[in-house]
Amino acid sequence: MSSISLNDYPKDTWLRMLKTMQLIRTFEEKAGQMYGLRKIGGFCHLYTGQEAVATGMISALDLEKDYVLTAYRDHGHALACGIDPKAAMAELFGKVTGVSRGKGGSMHFFDAKRHFLGGNGIVGAQIPVATGVAYAQHYQKTGGVTLCFFGDGAFHQGALHESFNLARIWNLPIVYVVENNQWGMGTNWKKVSANPDFAETAKAYSMKGYVCDGLDILDVYQTAQEAVASARNGEPAFIEARTYRYKGHSMSDPQKYRTREEVDAYKQRDAILLLKSRLEAANMLSQEDWDTIVALCETAVDEAVSFAEKSPEPAPGELFTDIFA
Amino acid sequence: MSELTYREALNRAMDEEMARDGNVFIIGEEVGEYDGAYKVSKGLLAKYGPERVRDTPIAELGFTGLGVGAAIAGLRPVVEWMTHNFALLALDQVVNNAAKMRQMSGGQLKVPVVFRGPNGPAEYLAAQHSQSFAAYWAHVPGLKVVAPATPADAYGLLKSAIRDDNPVVVLEAEMMYSWKGEVPDHEYLVPIGKANIVREGSDLTLITFSKPLRVTLEAAEALAQKGIQAEVIDLRSIRPLDEETLYASVRKTGRCIVIDEAWPMASVGSHVAWLISKNCFDTLDAQVELVSGEDVPMPYNHGLELLAQPSAPKIIDAAKKVLYREDL
Repeated sequence: MSSISLNDYPKDTWLRMLKTMQLIRTFEEKAGQMYGLRKIGGFCHLYTGQEAVATGMISALDLEKDYVLTAYRDHGHALACGIDPKAAMAELFGKVTGVSRGKGGSMHFFDAKRHFLGGNGIVGAQIPVATGVAYAQHYQKTGGVTLCFFGDGAFHQGALHESFNLARIWNLPIVYVVENNQWGMGTNWKKVSANPDFAETAKAYSMKGYVCDGLDILDVYQTAQEAVASARNGEPAFIEARTYRYKGHSMSDPQKYRTREEVDAYKQRDAILLLKSRLEAANMLSQEDWDTIVALCETAVDEAVSFAEKSPEPAPGELFTDIFA
Repeated sequence: MSELTYREALNRAMDEEMARDGNVFIIGEEVGEYDGAYKVSKGLLAKYGPERVRDTPIAELGFTGLGVGAAIAGLRPVVEWMTHNFALLALDQVVNNAAKMRQMSGGQLKVPVVFRGPNGPAEYLAAQHSQSFAAYWAHVPGLKVVAPATPADAYGLLKSAIRDDNPVVVLEAEMMYSWKGEVPDHEYLVPIGKANIVREGSDLTLITFSKPLRVTLEAAEALAQKGIQAEVIDLRSIRPLDEETLYASVRKTGRCIVIDEAWPMASVGSHVAWLISKNCFDTLDAQVELVSGEDVPMPYNHGLELLAQPSAPKIIDAAKKVLYREDL
């Protein structure tokens, strides 16, 4: 539970986050529908349930100089970085107007201008890359920080452990965030972790280790600010955000490894409803405000679908472009 | 002209490029205080400092991926692998990130990173340290792959690789580091994608790259003694491949042997031999021969390890077949 209160920040800070979370939720639910209609193919990993993590963490950044990298469940992080939902949906549709020109798909959203560097489909493979981005920030003294997201399934990859060590021996400006949604595909994190306390493992690399409630965006935001400040001062940090995903690992997951009761219990602590009810209790959000947010998000996502539908397919010649600089 | 060793030529290339561009830095195991496991980075730590000549822990996956990330964020890393054998631990970062991030991002990112180190059989190193991985890298779209066989090309190709906006894998060789050759004193680049006709001839074409150039030239000399003029082509660049230079030569000679020290199956050599067979079909007077490394893990025993590699006698045996001359 967070030690900060809503009053510590301007109301707009929280309303912006609420809106971003709702946009992600709406986008993902629509993406799921579009997948069902076969407008979207392949692997599609939805972020529903985890919205507070990307939103709260990325809100603590200055994307003029900071960077974000994540794994294949990347729609939420991309939207939180300000990527246009139209370009995001068009990418899922494989259209040339997509954020990666229809070549990346769900797992490979990129927006270099907004400092969102993917979107990586190999578990843990973005972690050394993010460490290198932080190396460049350190080398060029930009004052920037890199935020590197990954899931609990990535925690035991060698890439992570090698990167933690490199970041600490060179004091790179990076914050590593494990979004522990508790299920690495269908494997519970406790079953495969010699030490299920990930922050403690980070401390083994002499790195600051934080744990936050990933469903409580106040806690996420506060923890991110502390960790980002630490990284900006040359001390890399690690955060475990405890969270939960509502949907399957991908669209093809029958979810036999967990019970409906477990999923429903988490939905009772839904991150969006949690912030919404707090804002209401503090008289910072009226029913009308909320209705407006919901409507705006629905409109944005409907427009995104319409844009994606109408956008052209890449021309056949595009097969051979964008490979070499 | 100066006579330089291959390692001195590589060192000069890195030194000049680091002086020219502050975003170029070297990273790898023992590159700094130790002056390089093979002394290729000798003196550079003293000249450029530890930020630009970065010693790493033994973590190939980690520091190779770090090089990819530094490249997409604006630097020009030169990642030294102590050997390509160890680079297998970093294969994912090269194949899945370095080679693909530009395409997956729809052309938004550039990945100007160089991966370099010794590749191929050496001496007395046994199976894990004596093998050629040229085909592993050459297989992957999105990578460029160069294999300089002389000090002059080592200098000019490494400079081109560092200036290239794409990931470039440089295949060096432990045995070649001490080989000497003439290197022009003035600054120059060797373009990536251009083969070199090392020796002109009209009777058959010998195509090779990297260290086997030496035994190929020995074979060409021996054949010349018997009145056979072999044209010797050094690929220098494996990807992109200078196909036109190869075809022009084979269309002239009508006969071709490809020499590659790697294992024969799915190798650079087998691919080149197939290209020649297909594209020069009408002008070939004999089947294309491949002289490869033997299809075995490298043994430690020196006699056996020499038997496992291409040699001048093996090339001459192949020449007998393509020339239909048992008397050679």
